[in-house]
Amino acid sequence: MKNLKVFLNGLIKENPTFVLLLGMCPTLGTTSSAFNGMSMGLATMAVLVFSNLIIALIKNLIPDMVRIPCYIVVIASLVTILQMLIKAYAPAVDASLGLFIPLIVVNCIILGRAEAFAAKNGVVPSIFDGLGIGLGFTWALTLLGACRELLGTGKVFGLTCFPEQYGALLFVLAPGAFIVLGYLIAVFNKLKKA
Amino acid sequence: MKKLESTLPNMVIVLTLIAVVAGLALGYVNSVTAGPIQEIKAQQLADGIKAVLAADELNVEEPETLDDGSVIYRTDKGVAVQATDPNGFGGKLTVLVGFNSEGLIQGYQVLETAETPGLGAKAGEWFQKGQKGDIIGKQAGNLTVKKDGGEVDAITASTITSRAFLRCVNAAYAALASQEDAQTGATQRPHSLTSPEGEE
Repeated sequence: MKNLKVFLNGLIKENPTFVLLLGMCPTLGTTSSAFNGMSMGLATMAVLVFSNLIIALIKNLIPDMVRIPCYIVVIASLVTILQMLIKAYAPAVDASLGLFIPLIVVNCIILGRAEAFAAKNGVVPSIFDGLGIGLGFTWALTLLGACRELLGTGKVFGLTCFPEQYGALLFVLAPGAFIVLGYLIAVFNKLKKA
Repeated sequence: MKKLESTLPNMVIVLTLIAVVAGLALGYVNSVTAGPIQEIKAQQLADGIKAVLAADELNVEEPETLDDGSVIYRTDKGVAVQATDPNGFGGKLTVLVGFNSEGLIQGYQVLETAETPGLGAKAGEWFQKGQKGDIIGKQAGNLTVKKDGGEVDAITASTITSRAFLRCVNAAYAALASQEDAQTGATQRPHSLTSPEGEE
């Protein structure tokens, strides 16, 4: 019951993108299409679940004064492993996300959850926290990517909804990311209050 | 278990231990994935060479890398040259160009690009056969966009990308021509790639 609450907390109440506004760099940079947003979200979730798991396991072994370097080593290793796996087995994802995969290391969501949750809780709740926050990040990025792709090119996940020439290119470019994110946060806040 | 105290030996030992374990894990994953990564790269390159030479099957000889970073892949169906221009709109632009035995452009593929999506990123299709900026079948070496007095239609609103792209194509041809000059002297290999750069 408690685990379910932890899980839902990340999905909605403390959604990393729409409520905490964490990890804005990949949020704005990789959501030019729904597929890119989803890939980035899932990659981040994979790292987050494993970093939470490992840090919850070894938290008592780590002296307080060196905890941040220890977390960073764990997270950076996980990201590098993920990057090698993606390069080897999912070259299409590697081609579209490229530099943003190594940048997961400095995504403040991951270090934030390690510090705020995994370092204080047991292994099982930490895994649920990683899944919840990770899925919250994934659905937010997928929605953002889908809106930008639809408005910019008339497609969602590559499926045409209306002809490309009626799309506003702006939404695929950087300014569109800010505009769409702003409106989505407004809508999300309105729905949350209601 | 009680939390470890933050004494100097504890900190040094723990951080070293974590780094060693992380290093071992990375080494292991690297040894597992290195093979597949190499295969994918080789496969992508082979597919690219096939695409730009419009051939289903071909034998690629050992590639030659020139001083300026261009790479020449000789095959039994023509030659593919990879060339890079550092001054695209978004940075580096790398193009693989296929030349037939007459030295005319047979096909091309953009290998690496950071051009603007929806504008310069169209370079992948814009210059293909039947498209607005069709360069297939043309003689490379001195291709320029119409704005600069040339004959190629630039991508709408992306003249800088178009210029960088054509520089890549011309550089690919120049790299090939320079190698041909060096070779014809040595091996008397019959090849009609003789148009000297000085003429242009």
